[in-house]
Amino acid sequence: MKLSYYPGCTLKSHARNFDDSTVASMARLDVEVKELANWNCCGTVHGLTSDNLIQRMAPVTNLIRAKEESANAFMTSCAMCYNTLKRANQHVRADAEALATINDFLSLETTKYTGDVDVLHLLEVLRDQVGFEKLAAKVKRPLKGLRVACYYGCLLVRPQEVAIDDVENPTVMEKLVEALGATPVRFALKTECCGAYHTVGQPEVVADRTNRIMGNAHSGGADVVVVSCPLCAHNLDHRQQEARRLNSNFHHMPVLYFTQLMAIALGCDKTVLCFDLHHVDPEPTLAGLGLV
Amino acid sequence: MITSLRITPARPGNPFVAQVEQISGQKILACYQCGNCSAGCPMSDHMDVLPNQIIRMVQLGMREQLLASKSIWACVSCMTCNSRCPKNVRIAEVIEALREIVLRTNDRRDCLHITELSPETIAALPPIAIISSMRKLTS
Ligand code: SF4
Ligand code: SF4
Repeated sequence: MKLSYYPGCTLKSHARNFDDSTVASMARLDVEVKELANWNCCGTVHGLTSDNLIQRMAPVTNLIRAKEESANAFMTSCAMCYNTLKRANQHVRADAEALATINDFLSLETTKYTGDVDVLHLLEVLRDQVGFEKLAAKVKRPLKGLRVACYYGCLLVRPQEVAIDDVENPTVMEKLVEALGATPVRFALKTECCGAYHTVGQPEVVADRTNRIMGNAHSGGADVVVVSCPLCAHNLDHRQQEARRLNSNFHHMPVLYFTQLMAIALGCDKTVLCFDLHHVDPEPTLAGLGLV
Repeated sequence: MITSLRITPARPGNPFVAQVEQISGQKILACYQCGNCSAGCPMSDHMDVLPNQIIRMVQLGMREQLLASKSIWACVSCMTCNSRCPKNVRIAEVIEALREIVLRTNDRRDCLHITELSPETIAALPPIAIISSMRKLTS
C-alpha cells in the first residue's frame, strides 16, 4: 500500500521522533509513506471567524499539492495539522462560493482545488485500512507489562464533524496499544485540553493543566502517556518541571507519541525514537520492562 | 472570578450584537443560559467572566465589559463548550469574534508580545506553539 503523507512543521524540528517513528513503523506494516513535495505549514489553528477566508489558504494549498501528485487522500500523524486541514477541507467542500474565492486568490496555482482530496489521520488509517489484527500480527516485541494512558486532547475529537472516534470517550488509541501488547489504563481526563498555545505566554496556566492531566494518568496506574499532537507532547512533557513546582507530590512520567510505541513493538531501529528530544526520558521506564 | 453579574438593559438592534453574530456566524439569542459551557471549560479558573456569562453579556450588548475581559484571551478554543451546548451555540466562535473585534481595531491591542521572550525561551518552544499563539493572540 502507498500513502501520501503530510508531516507538518513541528515534525521536522522539535517532534522529529514523531516523524521518524511514523515513517519507520508504517514501513514495517508494508505501507510506503510518501511525503508530499513542497508542502507548507497548515496554519496550525482553524480560524473560527466566518468572514476571513485568508486562514483557509494555507490548508488549501496543501490540498492542491496532494492533487498535483494525483493523491485522492493523504495522511498526517499530527492531530493539529489533521484538524486544521480537515476542517478547511470540509468548509470549502460545503461552500462553493468560498472555494471559488480561494481559487481566484490562488490564481498563480496551475491546479484548482475542487474538494477532491481526503484528509486522514494516521490512527484512522491504522484502524480502517491496515487493521489492528494485522498490526498485532506484525508485532515483534509485545509491550508486555506497559500500562499506557491514551491522551486525545481536543483536536482528534472536537468538533464532532472531524472526530475520528466518540467525542467524549474515544477508544481507538486504547485498541491500538492493546494490539501492541500493552495495557491501556482508565484515564478520565483523556480529552481535557492541555492549555495548548498558552504555553508561550502563560506557561504557569499550562503547568496547572499538566499537573492535573498527568496526575490523573498517574492515579490510573499508567507508566507512560501517549499522545498524537506535538503541542500536547510539549505541554505534558516539558512543563512537568513547572508542574512539580505547583505540586510537590507531582510524579514525573514519560510522554511518548503512539508511533514511538508502534516502532518499539514492530522492531524498528532505536534511532527513530530520538529520546534526546524528550524532557522526561522514557528509556528507564521502558528498559525496566525490557522493551528497549 | 466573579460569581454574580450586574446586567444592563438590552438595546434593540444593537450594532455590537449584530457584529458578533456576523463574525462568529452564531445566533446569540439561542442561548438559554443552562451553564453547560461553563461547567466543562478547562480555562474557567483563569476567567473573570464565565463562558455562559459571556454569551449573556453579548445578548445584552455589553461591548466594553466584554472587550476588556480577561476571559476572551484565556479561552483556548478547545471546543469543549461547543460539543456540550444543547442549543448548538458555538461559544468558541463567539469568543473568537470578541478577540477579533479587539485585534481588528487600529490600536492593535495584541495579547502576546513574542519579541519580549528571550531567544532561549523561543528556541525551546516548538513551531506549533509559536505559530498558533501568534495567530490567536496577535493582530
Ligand atoms: S451551553 Fe449553550 S445554551 Fe447553555 S449557557 Fe452555554 S451557550 Fe447557553
Ligand atoms: S473553547 Fe474556550 S470557553 Fe469553550 S470550553 Fe474551551 S476554553 Fe472554555
